Amino acid sequence: MLKGRSILEPMDMTTAELEEIFDLADAIIDDPEKYVHACDGKLLATLFYEPSTRTRFSFEAAMLRLGGKVIGFSEPNSSSVAKGESIADTIRTIACYADIAVMRHPKEGAPRIAANATDMPVINAGDGGHQHPTQTLTDLLTIRRRKGGFNNLTVGLCGDLKFGRTVHSLIKALSRYEGIKFVMISPEELRIPEYVRKGVLDANSIPYREVKKMQDVMSELDVLYMTRVQRERFFNEDDYIRLKDRYILDLDKLVSAKEDMMILHPLPRVNEIAVEVDSDSRALYFEQAKNGMFVRMSLIMKLLGIEVQ
Amino acid sequence: MIVNSIEKGIVIDHITAGTGHRILDYLNIDTKNNTVAFIMNATSQKHGRKDLIKIENVTDVDLTVLGLLDPTATVNIIENGEIVKKISLELPEKVVDVIKCKNPRCVTSVERNAHHVFHLMSAETHEYRCEYCDEIVNMKGE
Repeated sequence: MLKGRSILEPMDMTTAELEEIFDLADAIIDDPEKYVHACDGKLLATLFYEPSTRTRFSFEAAMLRLGGKVIGFSEPNSSSVAKGESIADTIRTIACYADIAVMRHPKEGAPRIAANATDMPVINAGDGGHQHPTQTLTDLLTIRRRKGGFNNLTVGLCGDLKFGRTVHSLIKALSRYEGIKFVMISPEELRIPEYVRKGVLDANSIPYREVKKMQDVMSELDVLYMTRVQRERFFNEDDYIRLKDRYILDLDKLVSAKEDMMILHPLPRVNEIAVEVDSDSRALYFEQAKNGMFVRMSLIMKLLGIEVQ
Repeated sequence: MIVNSIEKGIVIDHITAGTGHRILDYLNIDTKNNTVAFIMNATSQKHGRKDLIKIENVTDVDLTVLGLLDPTATVNIIENGEIVKKISLELPEKVVDVIKCKNPRCVTSVERNAHHVFHLMSAETHEYRCEYCDEIVNMKGE
């Protein structure tokens, strides 16, 4: 039962629960009209301590399309946070008004502090460079709809694997499936963090390779997950400038790729995927963004324990 | 070197040589009001070299902290000059407010009253993981 639970990282959901969420998301995609009153009278609080367009709009659109309403802030300076209120106190207060909350925060683990302080379900919408479980739901739903499942996939992850929270969450989630293999494509400075390497990959004996050039591995991949090098994660601007355009996917690099390889990206993109790639049938990042809203609709319904007959 | 035996208190023996000062620091023993003997690099039949701590009139030390810092140490509780209890230590599964998370991006660096919680990740390497940000701390090398 997902009802009443908080979702802070992908492992908070079993693989069977993931299937339940995806089945409902598929049903919503097939017949959205059926769900327009699913969350009538319910209130979602969006607590965004860090700028976000996509994820916040996606959650708000999800709740509004279910008939629910939304309150929240997208700029902490305009809230009680600016007065120095703790996360625990903020969430306890919000829980007096709302039925479910979504939190994005620049500090890692902030949503866990919130979830520990309330019985209201809290969804992590990205905490620093740590985890982003609902982006992973989006990624997985997109993969499932194209590939039918997750077993025996070779997944290439390219770009900022150190601070890329979507990458950490995706590796964690996929590590539970049979025959999964990873190829990490990143500069030395942006390799996956130790806790993912030891705590997820080594602990589960998942095969992975680390390479520096994407062309060397392109023909092996079933999924290529591109990421942006994020300026906001760097303490040093020079490092950002040096690393930001290290990987740019263009049509030339795709020549050796499989016909059905999926190109995914959590968006926003800067330069890492050339615009010419958008018209390639393998470019699925905008489909992925659309799936994000549907999978969040499904998650909200599951956490609120709402069923539509 | 001769150190008098104690009538009542605690003897922490077989401490890995070089670890004793950390244990004393973490246990936060009131050394102004208690008699404490700290022996470094004593000869040990079992380990070659060891540290040893004797604390008079104190028997309620934090065993979780001791287990975390040196699970191979042994603890003897002394009363009336006799060993009344021998305690074997183990690495704790969870420690609260003993290890501070050093990740500047961790929420514990800004949230008031947040407990620093670490979970055992590997008993082999003595690595612990922060509950909030997953930062790994190696307690062997701390």
